[in-house]
Amino acid sequence: MPKKTKLVNSKGIRTDGRKIDELRPVKLEVGILSNADGSAYIEQGKNKILAAVYGPGEVHPRHLALPDRALLRCRYHMAPFSVQERKSPAPSRREVELSKVIREALQPAIFLERFPRTSIELFIEVLQADGGTRCAGVTVASLALADAGIPMRDLVVACAAGKADGHIVVDLNDIEDKEGEADVPVAYMPNFDAVSLLQMDGILTIEEFEQAISLALDGCRKIYALQKEALKAKYQAIKEEVEGAEEE
Amino acid sequence: MTSITVSRIRQQQIALLIADGKRLDGRGLMDYRPIQIETGIIEKAEGSARVRLGKTEVMAGVKIGIGEPFSDRPDEGVLTTNAEFVPLASPEFEAGPPGEESVELARVVDRGIRESEAIDLKKLCIVPGKKVFIVFIDIYVLNHDGNLIDASALAALAALMNTKIFKYEVKDDEVEIKPGFTKLPIKNYPIAVTFADINGKLVVDPWLDEEEVMDARLTMTFDKDGRICAIQKGEAGTLSPKQVIEAANIAKEKTEELRKLLVKD
Amino acid sequence: MPLFYENRQIVTPGDLLAEGDYIAGNNTHRNDRKIYASRLGLVEYRGRKVAVVALNTFYVPAVGDVVIGKVVEVNLHGWTVDINSPYMATLRTSEALNRPFKPQRDELSDFLDVGDMILAKVISFDRTRDPSLTIREPDLGKIKYGQIVKVSPAKIPRIIGRKGSMIGMLKKETRCNIIVGQNGLVYISGRNREDERIAALAIKKIEEEAHTSGLTDRVAEMIRKERGEVE
Repeated sequence: MPKKTKLVNSKGIRTDGRKIDELRPVKLEVGILSNADGSAYIEQGKNKILAAVYGPGEVHPRHLALPDRALLRCRYHMAPFSVQERKSPAPSRREVELSKVIREALQPAIFLERFPRTSIELFIEVLQADGGTRCAGVTVASLALADAGIPMRDLVVACAAGKADGHIVVDLNDIEDKEGEADVPVAYMPNFDAVSLLQMDGILTIEEFEQAISLALDGCRKIYALQKEALKAKYQAIKEEVEGAEEE
Repeated sequence: MTSITVSRIRQQQIALLIADGKRLDGRGLMDYRPIQIETGIIEKAEGSARVRLGKTEVMAGVKIGIGEPFSDRPDEGVLTTNAEFVPLASPEFEAGPPGEESVELARVVDRGIRESEAIDLKKLCIVPGKKVFIVFIDIYVLNHDGNLIDASALAALAALMNTKIFKYEVKDDEVEIKPGFTKLPIKNYPIAVTFADINGKLVVDPWLDEEEVMDARLTMTFDKDGRICAIQKGEAGTLSPKQVIEAANIAKEKTEELRKLLVKD
Repeated sequence: MPLFYENRQIVTPGDLLAEGDYIAGNNTHRNDRKIYASRLGLVEYRGRKVAVVALNTFYVPAVGDVVIGKVVEVNLHGWTVDINSPYMATLRTSEALNRPFKPQRDELSDFLDVGDMILAKVISFDRTRDPSLTIREPDLGKIKYGQIVKVSPAKIPRIIGRKGSMIGMLKKETRCNIIVGQNGLVYISGRNREDERIAALAIKKIEEEAHTSGLTDRVAEMIRKERGEVE
């Protein structure tokens, strides 16, 4: 792998000024698309990603309907302008794989068995990519599902850890993702201590891997707190506004 | 995505046995099925191998072409991996463009080879920035009885180790083929080990019936120095962080065993 | 046997609400002795029962529900009706006509055509079959005038209010007839357009502020303001 950039300096500071265990700024918004049954938006570093949920509803084509549960379909897609060099809008093999692992990361959290013969359609559009889009995609999709009122066991939150210049670091940015030694994306259901997405590329010893997992899970717990806040925000604001006004 | 439905009673049988540390086909939880590897079976391919893992049968063919390098790696050869679920391999496989299962399979196998730098791609450069060798790995699933990933990863590595490249000379940026062959430069030996989680218990090398009842699947690929080079969790179940670490330690051991089938020291 | 929140606090899916000898109510799920939220909503502890009043849901049909639906297809033996739910409903001719249906003579679209709205009751529904409807009961049938407001089905109980207090107030203050479909559609018919407009406005306000307290009074005040009765 060609090394161009110093990813972590002698003081343990990364290219974007973060410490090795520091997340990028995360901004979450819920319920932003009026057409969708549920929607959410995330900014994590320079990542900008939208998620929308339609359903549960009729399955098209009908023969795909499952007799005992809802069919969950997920499309992870990158906008042509989301990366430096224009990406063809046709789904790449990478997008096909990510659609699958993201779907599998969210599925255990959803009570699909309660809505047999229907489908839940999940769309994740990466508007700008900055490393770690699959994790940010899981985090934002989980909010869109909750916003759609789909019953869930837990929220799902995701965060990557990896290795850059010999250091185990959390929440890799684009350059760390491309030039670092390893990337371990993890999705997690925090109230059930359950890992629902796990991948790795690069090279790690078992000890480094253990460290990366624990750093990624710490990151997940921090983002989870933000997810909860984002879900409550809209209703909390109305509640405070009208109830507060009365007390005066 | 429809699956051959395993009857509930069989599901129970499989899960209950595994809870007792046993398996329906008599294996221990951490035992592989018998593995047979043949190489050099397709003369027209530069490299080839067939792996039988129990009744699962996978073939890998390697073709060598000449093409342009990627612009960000002008002095390296190119690796591409593809997998086909041939309709004859299972009543569930349909002809047509690759589905997400076969895309995932190809990408997981590719990741192990790429990340461990199994092929010395630098040695595959012919004219920097202009001409390099392209290594095409095509995985052909011939009979699906579970654990396609491990069988395919073994077949791909065996085929690469068996691959020869024609000798050549460069004259005015043109490649002239010479008689004779050299071996494809291999510098690492990645091996994949796949687990199934069934009711919270891990087993290695799940066969088809186990795959149909498994909650989650976990593949860990290790390189020759005992380092992890690829991981993929599949299916809609979950694993505890503790299980993941346990799996890593088992996989490290298992990959060492499996590697001996291909690399004799 | 701890409870982990205050009554009416906002919770999110996965939040642990109670542990011990409790009953899991609406929008919660149980794992061993722990009860978790399964939807975003307000937690409600009532005696042994732990529930979440959801802030957003969709309509799942239940037998006996009165719903408002739109005819989307005319078939051989009846109609397909969109009832704002994951499942399309069917209305068979025998549940719509008071006499036998004669295919040679009757044109189904003469009775109900695509785009018609109906007030109907759910007469059957389970996991394996789509819901079916009837309009052969008093007050059910085709909706010919008035207007229809769509709200989140989660807010329907709030529009009705405790023992019908909210809907009673709405009818009285707006002088409209208001029928609440359990599926999130509300039918309003009044003596004039202005009354209907104010009723629709009031219903939208209830939807938006459903999770707040003191709502009935605020809505009543809003209606009076709109009518120009107060400053």
